[in-house]
Amino acid sequence: MSAPELHVGGNPLLKYMRQEKLPHFFCPGCGCGQVITAFLKAAESLNLDPGTMVGIGGVGCTARIPVYIDMDCLHGVHGRTLAWATGIKLHKPDTKVVVFAGDGDALSIGGNHFIHAARRNLDVTFIVVNNFNFAMTGGQVAPMTPDGSVTMTTPYGSSEPPFDMCALAATAGATYVARTLTSNPAQMTSFLKNALDHKGFSVVEILSQCPTHFGRYALGTGSPKALVDWIKERSIPAAAAEKKPEEAVGKYLLGEFVNIERPVFRGSTVYPAAGEEGKK
Amino acid sequence: MKIMAVHVNKTLCKGCGLCMTVCPKNVYEITSETNRKGFNVVAAVRESDCIKCRRCEVTCPDMALWIED
Repeated sequence: MSAPELHVGGNPLLKYMRQEKLPHFFCPGCGCGQVITAFLKAAESLNLDPGTMVGIGGVGCTARIPVYIDMDCLHGVHGRTLAWATGIKLHKPDTKVVVFAGDGDALSIGGNHFIHAARRNLDVTFIVVNNFNFAMTGGQVAPMTPDGSVTMTTPYGSSEPPFDMCALAATAGATYVARTLTSNPAQMTSFLKNALDHKGFSVVEILSQCPTHFGRYALGTGSPKALVDWIKERSIPAAAAEKKPEEAVGKYLLGEFVNIERPVFRGSTVYPAAGEEGKK
Repeated sequence: MKIMAVHVNKTLCKGCGLCMTVCPKNVYEITSETNRKGFNVVAAVRESDCIKCRRCEVTCPDMALWIED
């Protein structure tokens, strides 16, 4: 198969992709592909070229996203995405750094990096695709698995309550926090656009479907549509939840929760500016 | 004269059927045709019904669909 044949009469966004690597390895119906489309549309509407950005992925299905986009890419150790992002931002503060992480990568293995990046207000865009389990390794229970869900490692149902990632990010000090879902591509694109445009630590949680593992174990079906509907039923816009709090019990709130300005992280030591040495 | 507006890239399509669930005019149908990866690809069998809302284009996880203006 030669690469040029893909581009003929194809989706215009394919020009931002590494076409020789397509079709990508995501399962049929996986939400990660929809996140790529939304991210590229958001970057395009801001006149940002993905080729000038640095994309970082750790380990997991979501972490493969920067591999398929034609951008500078770092892909390696599990959970250490934000540690690398810190190094890149300190060396080249003008570089746009985008981190793609799954829920396991961001909150389980990389949980500590996540809260400290939020505390320091590191100027990166942190896109968390929450598919409710460790999908690449076979569907094990993860910190975002809903209470009571059957997974590979919890055959009688998980007994752990999940994180509220957006509340955690807001408490830790992130300056842009939003949650959206894959079945609303317009909202997903608009939140990713705001996050890319924001100066500071911007977190976007995207509720995504994993039909292969979470769908089969927890719902008993591998149908992407069934899982998309399941996520839709369990989420409610934050504005609607304010008006009718009784309908929002146990549901994921969707919307922008934090959008503030704060000085960004420029290193742990403040060096005096040129000509200011010796002055206190 | 029929104007071709809905393009399906059969190399990229994985036959997940998400385009069928979002299409308001029921344009798509999964066919028995398989691509080199072994997936049954979708086809725009009722292409003339398309109203170009582009919901399938933004929903397709595989960038296999493209609606021409």
